[in-house]
Amino acid sequence: MTTGLTQLTLAEARDGLARGDFSARELTEAHIRAVEAARSLNAFITETPERALDGAKASDQRRAKGAAGVMEGIPVAIKDLFCTEGVLTTAGSHILNGFHPPYESTVTGNLWKAGAVMLGKTNMDEFAMGSSNATSYYRPVESPWRRHGDNRPLVPGGSSGGSAAAVAARCAIGAIGTDTGGSIRQPAAFSGVVGLKPTYGRCSRWGIVAFASSLDQAGPLARTVRDAAIMLRAMAGFDAKDSTSVEAPVPDYEAALGNGIKGLRVGIPAEYLVDGMPAEIEALWREGVQWLEAAGAETREISLPHTKYALPTYYIVAPAEASSNLARYDGVRFGLREAGQSPDEMYENTRAAGFGAEVKRRVLIGTYVLSAGYYDAYYLKAQRLRTLIAQDFAQAFAEVDVVLTPTAPSTAFAIGDKLDDPIAMYLNDVFTVPASLAGLPAISVPAGLGADGLPLGLQVLGRAFDEATVLQVAEALERAAGFDTTPPFVAGG
Amino acid sequence: MALDKETVRHIAWLARIKVGEAQLETMSHELTRIIDWVEQLNEVDTEGVAPMTAAVEMQARLRTDRVTDGGYAERIVENAPEPTHGFFAVPKVVE
Repeated sequence: MTTGLTQLTLAEARDGLARGDFSARELTEAHIRAVEAARSLNAFITETPERALDGAKASDQRRAKGAAGVMEGIPVAIKDLFCTEGVLTTAGSHILNGFHPPYESTVTGNLWKAGAVMLGKTNMDEFAMGSSNATSYYRPVESPWRRHGDNRPLVPGGSSGGSAAAVAARCAIGAIGTDTGGSIRQPAAFSGVVGLKPTYGRCSRWGIVAFASSLDQAGPLARTVRDAAIMLRAMAGFDAKDSTSVEAPVPDYEAALGNGIKGLRVGIPAEYLVDGMPAEIEALWREGVQWLEAAGAETREISLPHTKYALPTYYIVAPAEASSNLARYDGVRFGLREAGQSPDEMYENTRAAGFGAEVKRRVLIGTYVLSAGYYDAYYLKAQRLRTLIAQDFAQAFAEVDVVLTPTAPSTAFAIGDKLDDPIAMYLNDVFTVPASLAGLPAISVPAGLGADGLPLGLQVLGRAFDEATVLQVAEALERAAGFDTTPPFVAGG
Repeated sequence: MALDKETVRHIAWLARIKVGEAQLETMSHELTRIIDWVEQLNEVDTEGVAPMTAAVEMQARLRTDRVTDGGYAERIVENAPEPTHGFFAVPKVVE
């Protein structure tokens, strides 16, 4: 049986491989064809079919020797923010022009150790700064979804938009992304897939092109909660090369699924009912509450009083850290160089040519808030707000086990929308940023369709390092929602 | 707080990003709007609140001070725009 291989979930593909129904090579070949068939989406910056085939062959050999890993033979897509040894890594930016890392990121290395196969590197907002994929130097990604009766191309969300589109369009069984303020969860919601941001420290940041180091975290995008659980187990783990990596055992998240959520306490934060939220999103949220109650959970209203300050706090902290992290792109050691008469002029010319408009904006904002005389008024102030936001969650988690919210304040919008209004674009992350600032795990689960026929997601937030409970609740939502709509464009046969 | 053209020129220099005279005006407007928007944080009294320094509480780890990596300069400079004899080359610094 080798038809329909691209329709399989990760768990189904794993079990099929184990039974010998098909080989890793057959599974990979089907997905390579799907990646090629979906080129119109522009989801990939670099396709790596030869590497995928070599990987699949090696995987079949390992399996024959009885040495199969937890993701043995599974073809996945990698956000182009992860350094992959010898394979072009761009961060969606012109400034990393031609960069072939001489090393492998820890998270991708963990995936290969678990037996996964790389299909290619996915498109993304430049340096992960964006919520639409429109800031990529390599042109926007197109969502495989369309509004009812409207053929205008839509954004897949961002910044991990290529990864979300690849999974939704059945090009890859799973993909990895990074989330700094919502960059896994928001594109997952827009694209009708599951996206998990683990606790800060759960996955190593080593070898991930840095955006905002106190917020960046790698995580999976997949078609089911179970698949995300399988991927997280393979990705996570202590790494001495990341000073904020946590030295804690990685549970078997998949084994924790199916335990049910009877008696779990679910908090519904009143402050997430923001002005102007579409009625259908509020209605879906209420439906989510009922689903969890029907599954035996207790729900109660909670208060997270500083929620409205999360977004402005983020837009001080993240640009500040970005301005520092992006100082390394100076035209000397890697990537683009634009000539100049002096080193300073060479730096200025290189950075002017290499960075896009949104990256420049954020680097300049970050430079401003960190500059002499303004540090206390902006950066320190934002870090104090961050403490208050984290304390809100700490108080909430004294009385509840998880928190349920919508993932995004709208369905996907058209490519080109909101580009001339940075703050309107920032508002996409209003529900995802608080968990990022507090370092907490959060997942988006596809839960329904809007009136326009586009996916909507619900978000579950949990206590630090309690991804297992977050996944359990997410699975209960998934089961109740029964979301099984496929996008109008699906690549594989 | 308005970021006037002079302020934008100064921070663009600090960030080593060349911004043409024609773009200064636009950037001044865009950045001022963002700064005005983040200033809503001033509504919150943060007197006595400690600034967050780590998203997750953790102890800094110590390790033995020994070399764990390296010894492949040619692989490192391979990515440089102008690698020269195993070094990174820059425009002339001293006249």
